[in-house]
Amino acid sequence: MQDKNRPIRVLVAKPGLDGHDRGAKVIARALRDAGMEVIYTGIRQSPQMITQAANQEDVDVIGMSILSGAHLEILPEIMSLLHDEGMDDVIVVVGGIIPEVDRQPLKDIGIAEVFGPGTTTTAIVEYIEQSVKDRAEA
Amino acid sequence: MPSSDKEQWKQETLDPAVKRFPERRENFQTDSGLDIAPLYNPEDLNAQGLDYDNDLGYPGEFPYTRGVQPNTYRGRVWTMRQYSGYGTAAETNERFRYLLDNGQTGLSIAFDLPTQIGYDSDHLLANGEVGKVGVPICSLEDMETLFDQIPMDKVSTSMTINATASVLLCFYIVAARKQGVSMEQISGTVQNDILKEYIARGTYAYPPRPSMRLVVDLFKYCHDNVPKWNTISISGYHMREAGATAVQELAFTFSNAIAYVQAALDAGLKIDDFGPRLSFFFVAQNNLFEEVAKFRAARRMWARIMKDRFGAKDPRSMMLRFHTQTAGVSLTAQQPDNNLIRCTIQALSAILGGSQSLHVNSRDEALALPSEESVQLSLRTQQILAFESGAADVVDPLGGSYYVESLTNELEAKALDYIQQIDDMGGSVEGIEQGFQMREIGDAAYKHGQEVESGDRTIVGVNRFTTEEVPIEGLLRVNEEAAKIQIGRLEKLRNGRDDGKVKASLERLEQVAKTNDNTVPAILECVESYCTLGEISQVFRGVFGEQDGSLSF
Repeated sequence: MQDKNRPIRVLVAKPGLDGHDRGAKVIARALRDAGMEVIYTGIRQSPQMITQAANQEDVDVIGMSILSGAHLEILPEIMSLLHDEGMDDVIVVVGGIIPEVDRQPLKDIGIAEVFGPGTTTTAIVEYIEQSVKDRAEA
Repeated sequence: MPSSDKEQWKQETLDPAVKRFPERRENFQTDSGLDIAPLYNPEDLNAQGLDYDNDLGYPGEFPYTRGVQPNTYRGRVWTMRQYSGYGTAAETNERFRYLLDNGQTGLSIAFDLPTQIGYDSDHLLANGEVGKVGVPICSLEDMETLFDQIPMDKVSTSMTINATASVLLCFYIVAARKQGVSMEQISGTVQNDILKEYIARGTYAYPPRPSMRLVVDLFKYCHDNVPKWNTISISGYHMREAGATAVQELAFTFSNAIAYVQAALDAGLKIDDFGPRLSFFFVAQNNLFEEVAKFRAARRMWARIMKDRFGAKDPRSMMLRFHTQTAGVSLTAQQPDNNLIRCTIQALSAILGGSQSLHVNSRDEALALPSEESVQLSLRTQQILAFESGAADVVDPLGGSYYVESLTNELEAKALDYIQQIDDMGGSVEGIEQGFQMREIGDAAYKHGQEVESGDRTIVGVNRFTTEEVPIEGLLRVNEEAAKIQIGRLEKLRNGRDDGKVKASLERLEQVAKTNDNTVPAILECVESYCTLGEISQVFRGVFGEQDGSLSF
């Protein structure tokens, strides 16, 4: 995060027990093609594993995909662990099957953006590039 | 003068027309990337060497291309089997009874993720997942609740359960016994297809090789004791959902099937003892004709694999029987009512393809689990297809279509090439350990995604014909109390059982797991002592080790 010229580093993670990783893998590859450094965790990651990986890899962004409906239980735990580790500056985005009514509560706990089904990878790439730039200037 | 062959027609009639009015695209392709000519005629089938008697034959006769039943749906239509489960066993029991009251003819249990992976509802990793994508079943008691007032000798039940299949089957067997229904009487299917879990779906628990042993243990036990049970449903569905093409769906499903058959033979079973109990599960995707061709090719391929490769003698071993589900991945969150139309076309392909059983997805499933109203529409879709469309009144209606026969041949040939490639690697398990199938599917998924983004592939309401979205009302939300209720039940169960029996049966299971003996009788004993799913799976984790989540990458 010190070197402004380094590529954006992103952790793509599958929290919980959900094994549907088509979306996560496609996003990981699209971010890589856009010049970012992407670490994909594989499936079935606990909040502790995700926080630890994000810390060790010194990422700018964590992108998580959840399709099992466990987002309201799992994501607050991850946000709180990130806070405890002093990682509030990491931009956290989420995708998957997230009902409209749950979006605001997720933003309230510090999730930067929720991407629903049908979002293009181009839109996600642009969002991440812009957010990392904004954060560096802030 | 009419043209005397296709080439002449192309030069004299087609090309001049296309020159004046260019076609919509430069290349037309199926979803699997097979090139589509503007027209098919007998010349195409002759060039492919299609021989009616050898390659098509009659329904109910080898190679079963036209169907495994002589009259397909004229006797009985397919089994309408909507997959469902959420919240608690009691809530799911209500949904099951609602579906049966509405004319559904078989049950299909969706289990929640902890149940599928072998964790009890109160396990740390189960947090947030209990009752979400299916029903939590931690013990015999939960299974008894799930089937309360449902006669287990009358319904056939399909269970989407893999890593923990033998445990859930034992719950089912003992719950039936408590209703006075014997093992000989119950009928249904356990998915029990662990290989595709590593490739695509992700609910494995143990490493591939010990998992294969559990699969074969179940084959053996059911052959001796549960004669009407389908011991596996070898599934292309989830691999296709993860991005595979129709060719890959066929190839990877059958290379997995070959691995199971070989494992069973290696364990001393005879091909015709278990062959007739093998069943399959495919998707019905959007490309109508390619999908119909896929189902037809699948029947022919399986018949030949069983006869020529494994020397099966019993015709029932060669008959491919399969369940079909419409494609979840094709559902859009945008303009959700469009999904009804997609599901109808997909379901039609399954019927034209001769499926034995069908689940039609619901319009709201890109957003949540389906509401009761949406599920009823799915069931009505099936009933309209069965009783109004006429599609069920003749056997293999598209047989003889030059296009469909040509696609059937092409899909088969391409899938056989892939199977050869996997054979050369040493088989499906070796392929999985090297990540081969996962990479191939990942590449296809990425390509598909790029085509949608570039607009090369149209998704109505998503990248074309978009409108202002109106939020959909009445989405199902799983009762937030469900997990608490479930955990409370589990605690009560643990306090009320005979701890001595629990400990003794788990110890015996551990001993058996360490030998080559069949694990199923020992699991049954654990189940009768009210051991939980988590406790039983923990014994296996101790003996076999745990498969972590990195394999699917």
